[in-house]
Amino acid sequence: MNKIDAIEMEQMKKNIPAFIPGDTIKVQVKIVEGDKMRIQAFQGVCLGRQGGGIRESFTVRKISNGVGVERVFPLHSPSVEAIEVVTRGQVRRAKLYYLRKLRGKASRIKERKYVAGQ
Amino acid sequence: MNKGLIGKKLGMTQIFAEDGRRIPVTVVEAGPCVVLQKKSVEKDGYTALQVGFGPKDAAKTTSALVGHCKAAGAGVFTFYRELRMENTDAYNVGDVIEASVFEAGDVVDVTGTSIGKGFQGVVKRWGFKGGRASHGSRFHRAPGSIGCSATPSRVFKNKKMPGHLGNEKVTVQGLKVVRVDAADNLILLGGAVPGSANGLVLLKDSVKSKK
Repeated sequence: MNKIDAIEMEQMKKNIPAFIPGDTIKVQVKIVEGDKMRIQAFQGVCLGRQGGGIRESFTVRKISNGVGVERVFPLHSPSVEAIEVVTRGQVRRAKLYYLRKLRGKASRIKERKYVAGQ
Repeated sequence: MNKGLIGKKLGMTQIFAEDGRRIPVTVVEAGPCVVLQKKSVEKDGYTALQVGFGPKDAAKTTSALVGHCKAAGAGVFTFYRELRMENTDAYNVGDVIEASVFEAGDVVDVTGTSIGKGFQGVVKRWGFKGGRASHGSRFHRAPGSIGCSATPSRVFKNKKMPGHLGNEKVTVQGLKVVRVDAADNLILLGGAVPGSANGLVLLKDSVKSKK
């Protein structure tokens, strides 16, 4: 194996659940305040996954107090403690940027009945 | 300088710091280098270590060079370089310098040959602004005026003009060693290093770092 790949492989997480754009996911994020560390959850719709390998990241959007909030997480970052799939969504795009223009009822996503690989 | 090493740039990647920050790193396969000769003030007028890096077929090397390497108890090498040092007492001829001479947290200067860009204009080569592309502009990427008229009736030396860019020796100072993998002779340097992948790079301890 290529030596750079070996360095990347060693840092990649192996227990990432399968999730795709449209899924509602809950990301447990490590937050360090001074010398204390706590875990905060960020739950929202996955808008898309970018990049590959160690560089892969994903965008999560949620509506907080009526304001849309998006966060981009590096998939393999040690600050992302855990990812949990809440509901699976049925969408026809790889990047759900159209959700940014939609509000309320219109921004709902149909639930996916059949899960690939099951 | 009292530490140095020849290496091969393998490419770039990223690693995660403990707090989740991503650090861009260049992976360099550094060493093992064999000390072939010690240059001294008495004999040569300066102090340096002559080292070899990268194995090579002895049949493709001149006998003189094979003999020179044999004197140090080593095979022949692809690359030979001198590492100027203030003091070479710590090394003997035949010593092998490995990646472990550096450790995480060290600050190094890295010398390499930059990627050749060929003949380039002033915008790319010197960062000239250029003119606007549209709205009737007839001045795009040209250098503009290169001087005055009858006085001085010549173009000054060092005027920034189009010409060959890249493929020259470049040193980047103050790169931090992020990690050293002694088993595989890999050194991970924070940031970018001159040259393309598989290019030869020289690592030296930093001239500007505070001890």
